[in-house]
Amino acid sequence: MELARTRARRPRGRAVPAALAVGVVLLAAGCVPGTDGSGAAGAGTGAATAIPDPAKAGKTTLTVWDQEIRGGTNGEIQELNREFEKKYPNVRIKRVARSFTDLKTTLKLAVSGNNPPDVIQANQGYPDMVAFVRAGLLAPLDNYAGVYDWNTRYPGTLLGLNRVSADGNDFGRGRLYGISQTGEYIGLYYNKDLLNRAGLQPPRTWGEFTDGLARLKDRGELPVQFGNLDKYPAIHTFGVLHDQLGATGARDTVLGRGDGFDNAATKDAAATLADWMKRGYLPGGANGLGYDDAAKKFASGDGAYLLTGTWQLADLKKSMGGKLGIMPPPPAKAGGDPVTTGGQGLAWSITSRSRHPEVAAAYLDFLTDAHAADVMTRHGVLPAVPGKAAEQVSPDSADGQMIAGWKRLSVADGLVPYLDYSTPSFYDTLSAALQGVISRKTSPDTFAATLQKDYGAFMKKQREQHKATPAPAGTR
Amino acid sequence: MKATAWTRAYRRRAPGEPRAIGYVYILPALIVYAAFLLYPFGQAVWLSFVHWDGLTVATPAGFDNYRALFSDASLRAPFLHALLLLVFYAALPVAIGLLLAALMSRVRIRGMTFFRTVLFLPQVLALIVVGVAWRSILAPDGLLNDALRAVGLGGLARPWLGDYTWALPAVGIVGTWVGTGLCMVLFLAGAQRIPRELYEAARMDGAGPLREFLTVTLPGLRPQIAVALTLTIVAGLRNFDLIYITTSGGPGNATSVPAYEVYHRAFETNQVGSAAAVGVALTVLIFVLTVTVSRLVEGRRA
Repeated sequence: MELARTRARRPRGRAVPAALAVGVVLLAAGCVPGTDGSGAAGAGTGAATAIPDPAKAGKTTLTVWDQEIRGGTNGEIQELNREFEKKYPNVRIKRVARSFTDLKTTLKLAVSGNNPPDVIQANQGYPDMVAFVRAGLLAPLDNYAGVYDWNTRYPGTLLGLNRVSADGNDFGRGRLYGISQTGEYIGLYYNKDLLNRAGLQPPRTWGEFTDGLARLKDRGELPVQFGNLDKYPAIHTFGVLHDQLGATGARDTVLGRGDGFDNAATKDAAATLADWMKRGYLPGGANGLGYDDAAKKFASGDGAYLLTGTWQLADLKKSMGGKLGIMPPPPAKAGGDPVTTGGQGLAWSITSRSRHPEVAAAYLDFLTDAHAADVMTRHGVLPAVPGKAAEQVSPDSADGQMIAGWKRLSVADGLVPYLDYSTPSFYDTLSAALQGVISRKTSPDTFAATLQKDYGAFMKKQREQHKATPAPAGTR
Repeated sequence: MKATAWTRAYRRRAPGEPRAIGYVYILPALIVYAAFLLYPFGQAVWLSFVHWDGLTVATPAGFDNYRALFSDASLRAPFLHALLLLVFYAALPVAIGLLLAALMSRVRIRGMTFFRTVLFLPQVLALIVVGVAWRSILAPDGLLNDALRAVGLGGLARPWLGDYTWALPAVGIVGTWVGTGLCMVLFLAGAQRIPRELYEAARMDGAGPLREFLTVTLPGLRPQIAVALTLTIVAGLRNFDLIYITTSGGPGNATSVPAYEVYHRAFETNQVGSAAAVGVALTVLIFVLTVTVSRLVEGRRA
């Protein structure tokens, strides 16, 4: 279980982005080879023109595969499923819940098989969602987004992360292939007791934060708890440092329209990470310490700060209670806009061969509407669009801080997608290279060159693909 | 006529010689074997000749996937790591197992069964459990580093699994720990079958413990050594669980091994063809090594 959870929090997918130097290229159905050609990428754009009524669908069983097996999310999904079945007694939900890794390894076979589930949770990015779209296995949801007002319910940035171009090449634009329930961002968790004892306040600026690290170190405290044995946590830490130096550039690069990684921001962020190691701001054996172990150490009072995702909040709060605080990484100037790595939970998608797409769409709407948001809040889960219940959470509690931070980030458009979305192989490249930076085996220059090599090769491939498949007339 | 021909063919063979009817007896097992092993293996071989992401239509790859095993450093390295790990997974357990067996069969110790069980225990545990336990032993604040600090060797303490130089040997030591018990039990059983007279003869010729071990015990254990080496080599080469749990191939790619690479490529990076090629190459490597071992150690007698 422990392992499953660790893995489940891997940054979402090593996704792919979209390189469009060549303008937007959208493709028609037949051009994309599917496994059997039955539902190639362009098949329909979602059939609905009016709000579907599941009550009229007759006796229906909806098979749903999800990965929400952790305490809060599991409870919330169970409750919503029960309510949906109560609302539509003719619909039965057959739920298959697996850990993120288990889902990822079995989903491919399930959706391409003869009896695919109706609703699945697809990981954003190249290996899963983009690959499924390319094989014609997911149904586009644009029309449902229209009739259910998902377009206005969600900020465009978040919807964008569930988009794939119709030709199945580019991530982050094109048709909508899923909708996410939860939001998440990399926050700065802090231990109020330790900061107090060092005479520090929760930092208002990035400068205040880094000055505080030196002070904590002088007092013999570990400034930032961090474990990177699982390889991916450094992607989050590095992402936050990288965002401080150039969030806009980073986002453009991830989405395939930036100038890549061979730049000052990448090198400086890597140099900062190496410098933190050298100064002892991070634990010396970080590469040998597990992600969960680091979180446990922080919870038991070892380390003043912890930079990780909002998904850890429920567990940390359980052992730290009122000592726990969380905020988005502080901005450069007091009162400025925060930026951080983040996004949303896995997308809920409808498979192209589902026999009940309209019931499935109604289910997706039910899982993500205002009522669902309140159910999520009650279970300690961060909804992508916080509802009424979120407003009643005490602003001083860690939950309240988390929700307030999410709102500030949404307003400021301060979310930068996970860097490992950049190319299909970027998770490997980035996580391996970062372990090198942390053990100071890889210099910032070499690090930047390694990332750029991977990124450049993929961009080149994308450009060739776009040239090879020009948009036929008459398609969007 | 037919009956006569059959009878003649039947009679030509000496009693106990292999007969056609024997194949009927093994047929059920053969069918199961073919359905669940030969057929999937054939499929894997076929997959290794295509580029496939697991979803869209596969394209022929020719020998590309195999050529990459030699030209791509990220595919070469796992095989080198695996061969180095064999020192820890096969050579050391056999050596230590022999030593323990020699000691245990010579010296009478109280509670012998207890020690034997304890040493064999790692073999019984699921490797996942072993991995989780050692992960915490080898952690920066784990048992090993604490012990080193306690005896004043704090300078040697390091994040074992996160250290570029030490991660591979650290995983190797876990393999040694697992494999030793099995080897020891095999050798103990083998040693009991060595005729006592040989030992008496050796002693009368004035052989010391070492001489006795080299001239009597070691040659007597040849078949067991062959079995132990075969088992440990196969276990070492298909080692996946330990790597998956302890390091995921890290730091960097310092501990990636072929079996992990198969999983990683097939399920995590959508390179099914390449994964199949690694798997086939691994199978061939295991086959070659085990045949070599049985030829070299066991001799042609078997």
